Amino acid sequence: MDPVLLARIQFGLTAAFHFLYPPLSIGLAWLIVYIGWRYLRTGEALYDEMVRFWVRILALIFAVGVATGIAMEFQFGTNWSTYSRFVGDIFGSPLAAEGVFAFFLESTFMGVLILGRNRVSKRVYWFSALMVAIGSTLSAFWIIVANSWQQTPAAYTIVDGRAVLTDFWAAVFNPSTLPRYGHTVVASILSGAFFMAGISAWYLLKGRHVGFARRSLAVAVVAAAVFSLAVLGVGHFHAVQVAQTQPAKMAAFEGLFKTESGAAMVFFGIPDVGNQAIRLRIAVPKLLSFLISFDPNATVAGLDQVPRSVWPPVEITFYSYHVMMLLGFYFIGLSLVGVWLLWRKKLFASRPYLKVMLASMLLPVLALEFGWIAAEMGRQPWVVYGLLKTADAASVVVPAGQILFTIVMFVGIYSLLLALLVFLILREVRRGPSPLSGAANG
Amino acid sequence: MSHAFLQNAWYVLIGVLLVGYAVLDGFDLGVGVLSPFIAKNDKERRLLVSAIGPFWDGNEVWLLTAGGALFAAFPHVYATVFSGFYLALMLVLYALIVRAVSFEFGHRVESAKWRRAWDWVFFAGSLLPALLTGVAVGNVMRGVPLDARGEFAGDFFSLLNPFALVVGLAGLSMFIMQGAAYLTAKTNGDLARRARGVGIWAWAALVALLIVAGILVVADSPERLDNYTRNPIAYVAPLAALAFLILTRVSLQKGTGGKTFLFSSLSVAAIMGIWGVANYPYLLPARNVAAYGLTAFNASASQKSLQTMFIIALVGVPLVLAYTAYVYWIFRGKVRAHEEHY
Repeated sequence: MDPVLLARIQFGLTAAFHFLYPPLSIGLAWLIVYIGWRYLRTGEALYDEMVRFWVRILALIFAVGVATGIAMEFQFGTNWSTYSRFVGDIFGSPLAAEGVFAFFLESTFMGVLILGRNRVSKRVYWFSALMVAIGSTLSAFWIIVANSWQQTPAAYTIVDGRAVLTDFWAAVFNPSTLPRYGHTVVASILSGAFFMAGISAWYLLKGRHVGFARRSLAVAVVAAAVFSLAVLGVGHFHAVQVAQTQPAKMAAFEGLFKTESGAAMVFFGIPDVGNQAIRLRIAVPKLLSFLISFDPNATVAGLDQVPRSVWPPVEITFYSYHVMMLLGFYFIGLSLVGVWLLWRKKLFASRPYLKVMLASMLLPVLALEFGWIAAEMGRQPWVVYGLLKTADAASVVVPAGQILFTIVMFVGIYSLLLALLVFLILREVRRGPSPLSGAANG
Repeated sequence: MSHAFLQNAWYVLIGVLLVGYAVLDGFDLGVGVLSPFIAKNDKERRLLVSAIGPFWDGNEVWLLTAGGALFAAFPHVYATVFSGFYLALMLVLYALIVRAVSFEFGHRVESAKWRRAWDWVFFAGSLLPALLTGVAVGNVMRGVPLDARGEFAGDFFSLLNPFALVVGLAGLSMFIMQGAAYLTAKTNGDLARRARGVGIWAWAALVALLIVAGILVVADSPERLDNYTRNPIAYVAPLAALAFLILTRVSLQKGTGGKTFLFSSLSVAAIMGIWGVANYPYLLPARNVAAYGLTAFNASASQKSLQTMFIIALVGVPLVLAYTAYVYWIFRGKVRAHEEHY
């Protein structure tokens, strides 16, 4: 088998699996920081109970995130050594910075959060939660810096066939860093909010831990409304940036085969790459041009602007992008309804709403995955946009058989981890928050 | 800052990160390897896990950061070693992955069977990295076949040579000694006594294996001694290792916890110093054609990149050391029987 294809499968699988957890960790960590702050301000025992329960859930998710994150740090060298040589001068620094500025912070204070409750004051305990939240959010920053440089390389020159850094901060704040970072972090907090809302909804449906669940659901629904709107806002700036810096990717997102003025925005359709058309198309005329340039008649570049040989895979990019986008609108709708019900004091008794919320609790994680797939597939066939192709980036010394072996191992171990994680989270949820203070062994 | 200065500085800094890993994750890996042998019952096993519970994750970050820093400072070394040692590294990865979740998953279900299963995962997940890291170091020290582009030209089984295996076992003994020294500081009574006993055995194994490794180096790659003959001041490293090893042995005998851990840690640092001096300026020597070897000078990132990273390290590392010390202080003293979660 083709070793490059195998290396891609391995990287895609491990990254997709890893990426399930950090967004939830970031989201839950910030919600815990908020709830912990309320506890410090009010001294209400209910907030303390909430912190303890959500830390127990966070600890499980965080553990799998850490465990699967180790693999990512190594895989550039193991599977993509040609890439590593090419970009090492630039790509290595954010990874090292992630270690120094983020991993140490989150890991060290996670120890206090999990085991230090009775060894530190309330304030230091809250501070530890804050450091975990900041650490995990900084970690997202540096990894998105690295990935954004692949999307929109900046501040480099090519010396002896390798990219060499010319300006660190210009490379860090390359054109796509901030829009992508904002979009991802805001979506991460949204995913934490939906997760919290879903579990709280389940308690209310079952009539268990009602006080706890009401308070958690109220916090989560308000957070979901704020952050789902923010995802859309930041996502807009991100889309404008993609249109400007990676026009072929935007064309694939939208299924825009031919350059058009007054381009429509497609909400639904089935791309037919052979005939260069979108079938069953539902679209709003001129909206895409307007959103990108604030001019309904502006020209938007289509896939015809680049040679067929460097087109991204259109179908998967198009579908991933659209599923993400439609889910985004759904999140806004669902959480605004939730806030409205909360305001009308009907939220906690509205069984249909609670059921829908429960069923939707993991959809933001799915949307994040689709967004990531759209971003990375839309970059193809480049591993570094315009500079190095994925096909030329793999390790040259690793036999296909070894990669196949590791894929089998990863699939086996990761499936087991996922099954155990789901089992343990369900167990914690069924056990529920305990009003007594810190029972031994969590 | 000149390029040469930065290249040397990063040679040292990568060494510092690896020493940080060996000293800190060394003790928690060591505790993992020791756990089935010195804990006689479930309660004692829980104590061992609690003793490292707050720290293992932060400790492991030293390895991740060393990996990231190697990528940034010496991308060719990162690319060659990681792709060349593919299967071995993947095995280490699997071990670290299952070990990482064992801490959080292991205590969540109140069933003896469940805990027992995770205790074994914790043991195996500690043993494999503790052994294979040393095997990798042995190969890096001895050198591997490289081609003109600096790519690895050997195969998986060539990595399992006698020298690398001796260094692998030495590394394992060193981590066990470090874990035992840590436990003498963190536990009481029978557990601490048993830890001392194992520590003394590990110490003896380490010393014997270091002597064997030294003889193999003299016989097989005498050029590793060149830096010592050229600069006799380099003998500071082996002399320090000798002194700290003796002090470790004495304090293991006396059972003075804190000091044992301090001396053991210093021994670990000095032993790694011997390697650092011997291999300089090579990060990865080539066994076939010396000129193919990857050095601090021919495999490094640009001056600009090294300088940026150097500033990141100067700002970041003191910060890391400060809050790491703070968290160790929070959990100071002997580990308690019922360390509470959450």
